[in-house]
Amino acid sequence: MTVTAVRKDPQALSMTLEAEFDASPERVWQLWADPRQLERWWGPPTYPATVTKHELRPGGRVEYHMTGPEGDQPHAYWEVQEVEPPRSLVVRDNFANADGSPNADLPGNEFRVTIEGIGGGRSRMSIVSLFPSTEAMEQVLAMGMEEGLTQAVGQIDAILAADAIAEPSAPRELTDR
Amino acid sequence: MQIAPPDFDRMFGALADHTRRDIVRRAIDGEEGVAELASHYPMSFAAVQKHIAILERAGLVTKQRSGRRKVVRTNVEGLRMARRLLDQYEELWRGRIDRMTEVVNEYTRETNR
Repeated sequence: MTVTAVRKDPQALSMTLEAEFDASPERVWQLWADPRQLERWWGPPTYPATVTKHELRPGGRVEYHMTGPEGDQPHAYWEVQEVEPPRSLVVRDNFANADGSPNADLPGNEFRVTIEGIGGGRSRMSIVSLFPSTEAMEQVLAMGMEEGLTQAVGQIDAILAADAIAEPSAPRELTDR
Repeated sequence: MQIAPPDFDRMFGALADHTRRDIVRRAIDGEEGVAELASHYPMSFAAVQKHIAILERAGLVTKQRSGRRKVVRTNVEGLRMARRLLDQYEELWRGRIDRMTEVVNEYTRETNR
């Protein structure tokens, strides 16, 4: 298992996930920078992604659609906020209409990717996701869920212990816009 | 796929306060009434009553009759649903990380060939 840490904060509607790869930061960066590689992991097998535009620079757009089991094709796009190869990327992920124009009816979310070398040719990538509302989270889940994932109900202790895990500093700054 | 029912915004909003989270925690046992709960906090009875009302509207606690008294009890199932939403989001990213690892490993094999 390459995922090494997950922190969920139900109050801030944020999740931080860390993973390690047996590859250099430059190699891991290619997962984001090469649209053909991005397509291979962004959507689950049941909802593969097709990237139609890929401008990985501040102010640029990455446009894509996904193709669902019933032929449905939700469109979406990233608004690229910050790019620093091969170290960091900040993106707002928004929904779009079929013609690629922004769909303001559906809420977006924002995430920050950080990649660092940890020695021995390995890298650590962290993803901090932040949602403006729970609806936003539901929308993303509806489009990206693996089938049959209605998995174990979380422990009530975890949400009640949220005081202990709340780390508002890093995720919070993403809300200022 | 729909993952909706309860009002999650209201629920998370209600949980965004330390005192209210503490009330939710204490009310899991469902043994205390409003007055007893209020005695735990350095604030007025009315203030605690207000917190409980917010939790009630969010569906996180209910007032129930226990003998001759009314007790406040946590809606454990409601809390679980809020938690589940974040759990599902975690699964989404775990799936992505797995696929990323496959892509990286595949390219490594090709360069080593």
